[in-house]
Amino acid sequence: MKKLLLYLVLTLLAVFLMAPFAWMVLVSLQPNKAPIPTLEHLIPSHPAWSNYSLVLFEQPTLPVGRFFLNSILVTFCVVFGQLIVSSLAAYGFARLQFKGRDWIFYLFLGSLMFSGPVTQLPVYLIIRSLGWLDTYAALIVPGVSSAFSVFLLRQAFMAVPMELDEAARIDGAGDLRIYARVVLPLSGAALATCSAFSFFAVWTDFFWPLLSTNSSSMRTLEVGLSVFKSSYGNTNWPLQMTATVVVMIPLLVAFLVSQRYFTKGITIGSIK
Amino acid sequence: MKRGKIGYFFIAPATLHLAIFAIFPMFFSIYLSFFKWNLMTSVRSFNGLANYVYAFQDPLFWNAMWNSTKYALLSVPLGMILGLLVAILVNQKLRGITIFRTLFYIPAISSGVAISILWIYIYMPETGLINSVLGMLHINNKTDFLKNENLAMYALVFMSMWVGLGPKMVLFLAGLIGIPASLYEAAELDGASKFRSFWNVTLPMLVPTTFFVLVTSTIGAMQVFTPVYIMTQGGPNEKTDVVGYHIYVEAWSKFLIGIASAKSFLLLVVIVLVSIAQFKILKNQMEGYSAS
Repeated sequence: MKKLLLYLVLTLLAVFLMAPFAWMVLVSLQPNKAPIPTLEHLIPSHPAWSNYSLVLFEQPTLPVGRFFLNSILVTFCVVFGQLIVSSLAAYGFARLQFKGRDWIFYLFLGSLMFSGPVTQLPVYLIIRSLGWLDTYAALIVPGVSSAFSVFLLRQAFMAVPMELDEAARIDGAGDLRIYARVVLPLSGAALATCSAFSFFAVWTDFFWPLLSTNSSSMRTLEVGLSVFKSSYGNTNWPLQMTATVVVMIPLLVAFLVSQRYFTKGITIGSIK
Repeated sequence: MKRGKIGYFFIAPATLHLAIFAIFPMFFSIYLSFFKWNLMTSVRSFNGLANYVYAFQDPLFWNAMWNSTKYALLSVPLGMILGLLVAILVNQKLRGITIFRTLFYIPAISSGVAISILWIYIYMPETGLINSVLGMLHINNKTDFLKNENLAMYALVFMSMWVGLGPKMVLFLAGLIGIPASLYEAAELDGASKFRSFWNVTLPMLVPTTFFVLVTSTIGAMQVFTPVYIMTQGGPNEKTDVVGYHIYVEAWSKFLIGIASAKSFLLLVVIVLVSIAQFKILKNQMEGYSAS
């Protein structure tokens, strides 16, 4: 009885959380330019799958396909860059000793507090003075290192036993070798968590790409979608929802693939 | 552990990046807040404290600060209570519970713009999802939630609970799983009811998690931007003009760079003070529990 009640509550909650998505998909399959259907007519008799090819490939002023490619390129470069730059720094902070180490690490931690609105405008000015506005460099370079990733990877690297380093050193390995052949291979889970977090942060970033790009060929999917909204806002709901589904699907796939690294979060990284 | 200079080699790229894209901008932003500048000219004229005086006297800035405070005061506690309740729910040993955990997390990984567009339609009069359901129940279905001065803010808060549930649930769930079973057994031996052991074991043991969730979600709530930008543009009648959006308009529509910098610095000061206050309060709580 208690179990039944629990399932009932869980199911109601799931309906509350999932209904908007179901509604989104159903509206996206209404005929192009149709008004929003009433609930009774929500399930389309002839699903308009053509909306999807229309949105992806046949919008000359709003190249959603191009937005998609931009998002993939930018996200890949940022995630990959972060993995290298942040893991190098994390190795330094976790396993080497040098003057000022802890002090510099506190700077990284402190920056987590004041990132965001305060620093965006000066970063914009830096990118502008480099002549990088509206280029991939503007979208990628400010993201290739993240204090959060450094922090997360440092925690994981500290859990790798020091004796492994000592053994490798006796065999004549240098620090770069220990980093690449000992510490990184034993921190796969942390690297995956780190990639998952930065993937979602970059793919759904809105404010920075909005500021740093303005031509439609440089827009990412997230910003492109907001432009799409201003163009189709209140006139074409099915197409609007189609574009929304297009943005959501890669996120959903990525989440289902990576979710175990999500829920483990910061606590992982200890080897057995 | 090895000593030497090689460490600097490892941290150099990230540290350089931090200096250029976080630390320098921080100070440059404070510097800009003392100047009058519109982003276009090459000359910036020194303006002393005038931007701060302007900010303090600007009723729209205070309105925006109040709106953000209201948003945080509503969305953070409500979101946390919901997160904790759902965490308790999905901490039960039930078949298929991981499927529910996955489903409950999905809104949080969604694109902010997509979610905001989706919720514009959900909130629409007559044909929107909420009003359609109300219409089926023969209740007035003409409310335009986002255009109604009294409701728009609550509409944004309600949406934020839907979006923010997942991470809060996961964090509280991790906290719940971390509570040693022996504590509950001890409470049971002492004849504590379920409710009492929740009050005297679960809640105190969750204080560190609560602190983390409270601080991070307050910081996030005070800076909310995307839903306002997409859904209401601060309207109706500036009732949802939160400070993140207000500063954005000052900087990027009106090009009042000095004033926008001064206002974002004031926002930062408020956020830091609020975080410190929360830390102090919960630290006392923690010490109180460990003493008793």
